[in-house]
Amino acid sequence: MDHIRNFSIIAHIDHGKSTLADRLIQYTGVVDARNFQDQILDNMDIERERGITIKSQAITLPYRAEDGGIYMLNLIDTPGHVDFSYEVSRALASCEGVLLLIDAAQGVQAQTIANLYLAMDHNLEIIPVINKIDLPAADVERVLEQIDAELGLDPDTHLACSAKAGTGIEEIFEAIVERIPPPKGNPDSPLAALIFDAHYDSYRGTIINCRVMDGRIQAGDMIRFMSNGAVYKVEEVGRFALARQKQNSLSAGEVGYVIAGVKTVSDVRIGDTITSDAKPCGEPLPGFREVKPVVFSSIYPIASDDYEDLAVSLEKYKLNDASFIYQKDSSVALGQGFRCGFLGLLHLDIVQERLEREFNLSIILSVPSVRFRFTMRDGSLVQIDNPSQYPNPMQIAKAEEPFIRATMLLPERYLGAVMKLCTEKRGVNSVLNFTSPTRAELTYEMPLSEVIFDFYDRFKTVTQGYGSFDYDLIDYRESNLALLDILVNGERVDALSQIVHRDRARARALQSCERLKEEIPRHMFKIAIQGAIGGEVIARTTISPFRKDVTAKCYGGDITRKRKLLEKQKKGKKRMKMVGSVTIPQSAFLAVLKTDQE
Amino acid sequence: MSQDNQNRPWGLYIHVPFCASKCRYCAFYSLPSPSSDLVEKFVSALACEMELYRDCGPFDTVYLGGGTPSVLDTEQIYLILNSVRRNFRIEPGAEITVEANPADISPQYAAELLRSGINRLNLGVQSFDSEVLKFLGRRHSPGDALASIKCVRAAGFRNIGLDLIYSIPRQSTDQWLRILEQAVLIRPEHLSCYELTLEPGTPLAEEFRDGQFRTDDETFSVLETTSAALAENGYVHYEVSNFSLPGMESRHNSKYWDHTPYLGLGPSAHSFRGRRRWWNLSSVEEYTAALQSGKSPVEAGEDLKDEQMGEEFLFLGLRTARGVSLSELQHYGLDLVNTKTAILDACINSGLLRIDNDRISPTVKGMAVADALAKAFLA
Ligand SMILES: Nc1nc2c(ncn2[C@@H]2O[C@H](COP(=O)(O)OP(=O)(O)O)[C@@H](O)[C@H]2O)c(=O)[nH]1
Ligand code: SF4
Repeated sequence: MDHIRNFSIIAHIDHGKSTLADRLIQYTGVVDARNFQDQILDNMDIERERGITIKSQAITLPYRAEDGGIYMLNLIDTPGHVDFSYEVSRALASCEGVLLLIDAAQGVQAQTIANLYLAMDHNLEIIPVINKIDLPAADVERVLEQIDAELGLDPDTHLACSAKAGTGIEEIFEAIVERIPPPKGNPDSPLAALIFDAHYDSYRGTIINCRVMDGRIQAGDMIRFMSNGAVYKVEEVGRFALARQKQNSLSAGEVGYVIAGVKTVSDVRIGDTITSDAKPCGEPLPGFREVKPVVFSSIYPIASDDYEDLAVSLEKYKLNDASFIYQKDSSVALGQGFRCGFLGLLHLDIVQERLEREFNLSIILSVPSVRFRFTMRDGSLVQIDNPSQYPNPMQIAKAEEPFIRATMLLPERYLGAVMKLCTEKRGVNSVLNFTSPTRAELTYEMPLSEVIFDFYDRFKTVTQGYGSFDYDLIDYRESNLALLDILVNGERVDALSQIVHRDRARARALQSCERLKEEIPRHMFKIAIQGAIGGEVIARTTISPFRKDVTAKCYGGDITRKRKLLEKQKKGKKRMKMVGSVTIPQSAFLAVLKTDQE
Repeated sequence: MSQDNQNRPWGLYIHVPFCASKCRYCAFYSLPSPSSDLVEKFVSALACEMELYRDCGPFDTVYLGGGTPSVLDTEQIYLILNSVRRNFRIEPGAEITVEANPADISPQYAAELLRSGINRLNLGVQSFDSEVLKFLGRRHSPGDALASIKCVRAAGFRNIGLDLIYSIPRQSTDQWLRILEQAVLIRPEHLSCYELTLEPGTPLAEEFRDGQFRTDDETFSVLETTSAALAENGYVHYEVSNFSLPGMESRHNSKYWDHTPYLGLGPSAHSFRGRRRWWNLSSVEEYTAALQSGKSPVEAGEDLKDEQMGEEFLFLGLRTARGVSLSELQHYGLDLVNTKTAILDACINSGLLRIDNDRISPTVKGMAVADALAKAFLA
């Protein structure tokens, strides 16, 4: 155990976590340089392209330290986005230390702080690493001040590197070995292993990533998931090089995988404790929480013939994403589809993109919604995440919506604009702290539905990219809600309906209409777009028609040419959906939530 | 029903692929100033081609188009029409048209044409404004245009058509209306008003490569004004670009729009019969060479499936004021009433289409978006 180190890299998005991870992997020669790009990049295109890690992964890096010893360094990767903060916390619970990576030019950002707090919660050794020192804009002095003043860490403990250029890497390895404590735990105690990730492999079923805290696990063991009592027989254990590497056993302090005939990823709960069925440990490991989706949207195939394809694809997709849930749903406007739950808007974006890219589907997502709570006059409680199931307003005794605590970090000069934005988004109970004379930490309690609705984009715009943002769900609060319907040429499009706060209804309706006006192409007739509550129209806009679309001449030879052109255009219509007489592009449904303010 | 149209008399089209010079907007296949040798070869090749199609017909329209058929001398035109009569049954009272450039018309030429049996003349006037004619690269002047019209009337033609072009850059609607007025004073039986379009590869398209040509909204309003002005003067707007005094529609061109069979002779000419479309080689040299060596000059063809027949029937019908029969579309598997109800209603309510028992027909507004209408119903 003395020669094991378990650590994570935590950072604000874009501060270079993936680059540094790649560099560490490369340095230890787990993979030779030639295969490096391909092997790593193959894994998940979308993560790479978006510069975020969707799912945490682990890798064991063998390292020969200056003291001559060979160490097994387990790098546990963490997802880099607020949508996945629970998963980050489970990954951190599997570590003894972290590299807190800070961009030398950008300095400390909201997720730097949020991640630091998480690491502190887990009593981890924290090594501040200033990255991108090669940048002309790098300002190490300033970052050191921030480390001292804003993070409350000893700036003398910092390291500096350029993950891109590969400088300072060896010092990082040495610091991991010297400063991060080896894992504790007793291999002879009953088994207690923390599940921090799981993914699906089409040959082996679910691969569970875990950190063994106590005891030992090996092939043939009968294991039990403590959250639900499910029992499985272990088929294989091992650790991760870039590929899986089979081992005889994993024991206290080690990080690796377990294959135990678990059918789907959904049968595994992140944060759950694996123990021995015969000799269980007394208490599950702390911190387990059931992850619940907070953003909901319905997915429909653009061509109704593709419904079966969509059903099959969702089933396959779900194998690898336990946070994603779905069930059958249908829409008057869009036909048969599925109601789906996501961890956040980013998670939703990722799912949409993967369904389209990996499963080659053309889909439409309805306007996303959070889950509202209604107490009815008869005393019953209903939870509604689908505007089309909005209860009869006459029967509602109390309506509630979820609130979050938003934590924002920003240069002081943007405070006014951000506070205005937060108030507009119904933010309350603001708390303002200055982490340094020019930087403010601002927290607000805000309805989650407002954060979904174009908050990110506007926040980034008003802080000119210098602000950073993080949030936690806190509670449900009473709210004056209404169902906003959107009518396109007089026809209600249920997939565009939204549950909104009554005070914001008119503004939201107008904005939705305006967005749709930008998204829906001109037709040959006038299109009226209306926002309505109950029967009352509260916002309206029209798309004026185009007046001419005809070729001047159509005689003998023109006919064949013209028919071929028509046939081609017909094929090009894939990403549009006919709703009544109007063709609505796929993009319009999500665009309703986005801002049109520059 | 178009099944019946199949049994109606055919149209005969003869493509004369020569012009005296090339206009700046034209992307048609035509050879400027051909050698007399080539023209002669072409005329004899035509005669050979006719022999390949003796089972076609009977015909009640013959149309010599181009190109510029009036670059042929009257003797050559006689020759062609004689071959036509020798090979095909031409019904009594058939509409026999020739297209002509005003610059080619002399009193004598006009008289000879009439004597050869031609009873309809379509003059490529294009404009009465010399600036516009120059801009378009036409070789005739407004004076030529007026003189030629006088000539053909004097020669005794009772059915003449004028081609005009609108939507000329920098031409105001008023300027266009004055040209239209002048045309109306002449009272031609038929008027074609074509929107000027930029055809890729033409000198005009080059000139406007980067610049703004004009907006569709502008074009639409000119078309609407044109239609109204001509209606006031008794002209029926019977197809997107075609107007006529009542009963004087081009019988020949109408065949293209309702699936009546037609035979096209000459380079690049297209033919249609039953479900088959076929077309000739477009180069004059290849066309004449094929026929000289006893081979067919057909380049390719296609057999239309039900769906394609329906598509054509729809988009062609929607170009004409007559419109299209719903039950006939249904016959091809296009059930607009039951599967496109919402669009149909929207188009009727917004004044693009009229519905009258079994027929839907476009209004002027509808004709201006005929392609979009077809796309919407076919999507
Ligand atoms: N100049 C410079 N750029 C870096 C360095 N490390 C990372 N980057 C760049 O910063 C961007 C974000 O890096 P990435 O590793 O994807 O960040 P992550 O979101 O934290 O995983 C990428 O464009 C990297 O190429 C560095 O040391 N120097
Ligand atoms: S006369 Fe007609 S065919 Fe000949 S170049 Fe001019 S527009 Fe084209």
